[in-house]
Amino acid sequence: MTNGMVIVGGGMAGARAIVNLRASGYEGAITLVGEETLLPYDRPPLSKAMITDEQEPQPAWLLDESMLVSLNATVLRGVRAKSIDRASKTLHLEDGVSLSYEKLLIATGAKPRRLTLPGGELGYTLRDYADGDHLRNRIRNSAAVAIIGGGFIGLEVAASARKLGAAVTLIEAQPRILMRGVPQDIADVVHARHEAAGVAMQVGTGLSAIEIDGVVLADGRKIKADIVIAGIGATPQTALAEQAGLAVDNGITCDATLRTADADIFAAGDCCSFPHQLFGHKRMRLEAWRNATDQANVATENMLGGSKSYIAVPWFWSDQHDLSLQIAGVPGDGVETVRRQLSDQAFIIFHRDASGRLVGASGIGPGNSIARDVKLAEMLIAKSAAPASAALADASVGLKSLLKG
Amino acid sequence: MAQWIEACGKDDIDEEDVMRFDHGGKTYAIYRSPDDKFYATDGLCTHEKIHLADGLVMDNIIECPKHNGRFDYRTGEAKGAPVCINLKTYPVKVDGGKVLIDVG
Repeated sequence: MTNGMVIVGGGMAGARAIVNLRASGYEGAITLVGEETLLPYDRPPLSKAMITDEQEPQPAWLLDESMLVSLNATVLRGVRAKSIDRASKTLHLEDGVSLSYEKLLIATGAKPRRLTLPGGELGYTLRDYADGDHLRNRIRNSAAVAIIGGGFIGLEVAASARKLGAAVTLIEAQPRILMRGVPQDIADVVHARHEAAGVAMQVGTGLSAIEIDGVVLADGRKIKADIVIAGIGATPQTALAEQAGLAVDNGITCDATLRTADADIFAAGDCCSFPHQLFGHKRMRLEAWRNATDQANVATENMLGGSKSYIAVPWFWSDQHDLSLQIAGVPGDGVETVRRQLSDQAFIIFHRDASGRLVGASGIGPGNSIARDVKLAEMLIAKSAAPASAALADASVGLKSLLKG
Repeated sequence: MAQWIEACGKDDIDEEDVMRFDHGGKTYAIYRSPDDKFYATDGLCTHEKIHLADGLVMDNIIECPKHNGRFDYRTGEAKGAPVCINLKTYPVKVDGGKVLIDVG
């Protein structure tokens, strides 16, 4: 008796895997093992609505009990997968239970990096619902909040804390915020918007210590804070794969079909490292909601005997204050940028590589003002299109016409 | 009971595009298909109440600008994750240069 398709990790990828296994016609057993005590829920609200909403929050469930009944899937909550015995195709859990699998999907996600400087243990991080619930309550009871890290999590939490009226200081060691993967023009808009909202932006500023009542900067200045929150990146959860002798290369090493070197073990989501065919087979690991969804779809299809490559264009968004930012593709592969101004406050930066191919698009604007054009850019990137700079720059030239041209 | 309301002029919407229309405290999305027919649905995505009029129309599909939920705007049918609830649709007629929807 086998436990059929076994999934480790109860985030977006794990939840999606259950749904897609059934949607693909699989009728055998499905078992998901998750460390959290909650059923799978959506994480994007944790840094935003979860903190700012007046009413008591509820998890945004991806799966609930009734869906699991109709999907005929078993979810084992609050238990960690300890080891994989690949020879006998058995997953051992920390509580002594063993599951035999036909195919195994590792969707263990990533864990926030912790501060390593003196007092670093005093900093809070945000990853799961319990973290979000804690931050919600702490920020509401804090006059001053210090945020370490000018990445998406730090900036979103800064915006949420300002909305609640706290004095917020954001500290970033790099010369500017959003150094990784976001062009300067867009980072500048985000920076200015945070300053306008009253966030004290300390950029290019190192830290020397975290203390119980605030943070000490490298230059000796003390920033008083009732809570310190660190958003300094995340580390893929690869221990289970490593223990099983599977290769790890900034994530669990998979091929383009999201299969590991073991034909019966796949990975999806934040923990998965894969070569991207659209970008010169460059190995990447993506920490994004849509990537988790799409990779789970591809991995499960392949667990059922398919041989589909994962070729979706990377895409993610971030909402801060009234602004929404979206990035499609791999802007870092570009050598030339072209700016398209959509309105006073909304624009897109296109990134072209040396051959003129569109490889990325980064947009920012109020509400969803840039969404449609970033989506079209994503479709152009997927087609390996090389639109002329002049056409990309001219907002009167519809991107849809470039796609169809 | 039918209650026809003028939503917009025929030429206010490009082919294969969408426009927002607010009426009576509700928001609608009016579509013009590539074959020059008009359709109307609820204006907000069934997933997280985002205005669909900011989304992209390709053929007969409207895609939500936030999380890429997709619907066939002719029938309101949800076309896969993250949306699973169909969109409500409304009858549409074109009278002269005007697009009318039945919100009754």
